[in-house]
Amino acid sequence: MSQVPVTVLTGFLGAGKTTLLNRILSEPHGRKYAVIVNEFGELGIDGDLVVNADEEVFEMNNGCICCTVRGDLIRIIGGLMKRRGKFDGIVIETTGLADPAPVAQTFFVDDEVKDRAKLDSIVTVVDAKHLPLRLEDSREAEEQVAFADVILLNKTDLVSPQELAAVEAMIRSINRFAPIHRTRDCGIDLAEVLDRGAFDLDRLLQVEPDFLERKPEDHHHAHDDDHGHDHHHHDHDHHHDHDHGASTGVLRHNPEVTSVSLRLDKPLDMAKFETWFRQLLQSKGQDILRSKGILDMAGQDKRYVMHAVHMQADGKPSTPWRPDEKRESRIVFIGRKLDPEELRCGFESCAQA
Amino acid sequence: MQQELQDPVTAWELREPIAALAFDRSGKHLAFALGDGTLALAAPDASDAPRRIAAHGGAILCMAADGPDAAFVTGGDDGALKRVAADGTVSTVATWKGKWVEHVLCPANGDFRAAAVGRTVQLLARRDAAPVAAPMAVLEHPSTVAGIAVNPKARRLAAAHYNGVSLWWAHGREQKPKVLTWRGSHIGVSWSPDGEFLMTTMQEMDLHGWRLSSGEDMRMSGYPSKVRSLAWSQQPYFLATSGADRVVCWPFSGSGPMGKPPVEIGYARSSPVSAVAAHPKGDWIAAGYGDGVVALGSISTRQAGFLKTPGGGKVDALAFGPDGRRIAFGTEEGLAGVIRVPVT
Repeated sequence: MSQVPVTVLTGFLGAGKTTLLNRILSEPHGRKYAVIVNEFGELGIDGDLVVNADEEVFEMNNGCICCTVRGDLIRIIGGLMKRRGKFDGIVIETTGLADPAPVAQTFFVDDEVKDRAKLDSIVTVVDAKHLPLRLEDSREAEEQVAFADVILLNKTDLVSPQELAAVEAMIRSINRFAPIHRTRDCGIDLAEVLDRGAFDLDRLLQVEPDFLERKPEDHHHAHDDDHGHDHHHHDHDHHHDHDHGASTGVLRHNPEVTSVSLRLDKPLDMAKFETWFRQLLQSKGQDILRSKGILDMAGQDKRYVMHAVHMQADGKPSTPWRPDEKRESRIVFIGRKLDPEELRCGFESCAQA
Repeated sequence: MQQELQDPVTAWELREPIAALAFDRSGKHLAFALGDGTLALAAPDASDAPRRIAAHGGAILCMAADGPDAAFVTGGDDGALKRVAADGTVSTVATWKGKWVEHVLCPANGDFRAAAVGRTVQLLARRDAAPVAAPMAVLEHPSTVAGIAVNPKARRLAAAHYNGVSLWWAHGREQKPKVLTWRGSHIGVSWSPDGEFLMTTMQEMDLHGWRLSSGEDMRMSGYPSKVRSLAWSQQPYFLATSGADRVVCWPFSGSGPMGKPPVEIGYARSSPVSAVAAHPKGDWIAAGYGDGVVALGSISTRQAGFLKTPGGGKVDALAFGPDGRRIAFGTEEGLAGVIRVPVT
């Protein structure tokens, strides 16, 4: 039985999630979506395949303190399977204040959900005007940006080009890797949002072959020609200065969440890596929100791909290295209190002796 | 003219996921509840194709025999609770806009129906027919109700939810529940035939339970997947469970299951046991598997045999008829059938 792809829409109240949802439901893309909406939705969305959910975050009684799942999703996805064949995908709208981790972890933890559905990507809609304020006053806004596989920087018409560049830099300081799409009224090609395969280990390479090497300036996908391509170039070596705040009127955001990207051109010792990574997630898994890697394991002719949400990790061998290809290992972390130097030392210690 | 079954297995391709099946009290009528909102009504002793009755505007999620009547009650993702008589007459019992009706029960020795709707259990008086009155009581819970059960006398009702089970009186209007607390998400509940034990299945792939006279907790773990199906044998009482390679049966007679190993019956196949049912008189347990196989085994002799070959998808619904002569099965891919029981 094939797994139904699931797209998660996050973002604060008023950012434009419902606009995007309505576009997904109404545009003639030939696919039919079941939609799980939260009870505090911004607009009434009605329809045959619209399910109202109470967001029920359950702690798994398995000794892992950060392991939470969405109990309602487990039930609802099970129930929707009774209508199998009548829809092509599922979209989950979360409340503005939701932490995306329990949603993502549900797809790692529950075997029945895993058999029937697969997390496709987390799409975060942010409001260009209000994001800076939200980042100041809410941990959830930061989590939503940090967890995103795709970010819609919406309502670009409400800010100046300088403010827009500043807010984009702010997003980059949290999440260096997700493509940012500048939009008005969530005007975007839905192919950029749906069926991304961001959680599909086999597509980690195929979809974003350079996901670990992109520089911030490569990420700009303009959907709003009025604002052109002008934006700041920032130093992303984990030393962020936020001087732009003063000149543009944008509030300063001192990012608690940052991204760290590492690479190593020596083959890794599988056992050493597994030990290090397991211990890292055990001790720091509450702070490490997401991690992804494409790894060169010594003695293996296939690249090893892995990803994790907090302490829930998954990995497997993927496509073979080509003979003419430079083999190297790349890994990224998005999280709180990341110590780049400590991570680098740990990662490098996994090299084969 | 109805034809007597020749082949021990009669099967029908219904081509919709089968959420539930039920025999009516007489055993003369059998219903399969389907993902397209229809009920397939069959006569268990005939090979005629089932009648399809349109009942719900969405998928049917749950079904029970409607008390002692030749009728069934069904709950759907259209927010409706319906009654479908064996003659095909459909009536609406109640509706809850925008909600799912996920569990329903209607004990033959009670005069009520109970439906789990979101965080509530709705208690409704059972009448021979609609129209519907307002619920007798709406029982509120701290989280979504994931399973309901009644005690053997049909006087008490248990609702499973996050962090425990709430116990209610089936006839009290103004009441506070007695809450049995245990951390974690309880996703199913079942009452032992002697009324002494209340058992839940958990998200964490365990069973949890309480001896009600003492409040003592018990926990059974080690399942490789969630326990989705529970069935109680006749005396000596055993609780048969799905979720493992073979049918794991816990002994509940005398001092209860604590410190005693379970009896395992049936076969280990490539996928775990997905549904279990207990013979209404003997000590036979029927088991459905993920690969579509149905087997039958005895708790006392541990003898077992296959009743249905692989295919047709995971067995999600399984039940004996009231006289124990028939087993009905339904799969997630829409294969429904009746098996003549080779033992009595």
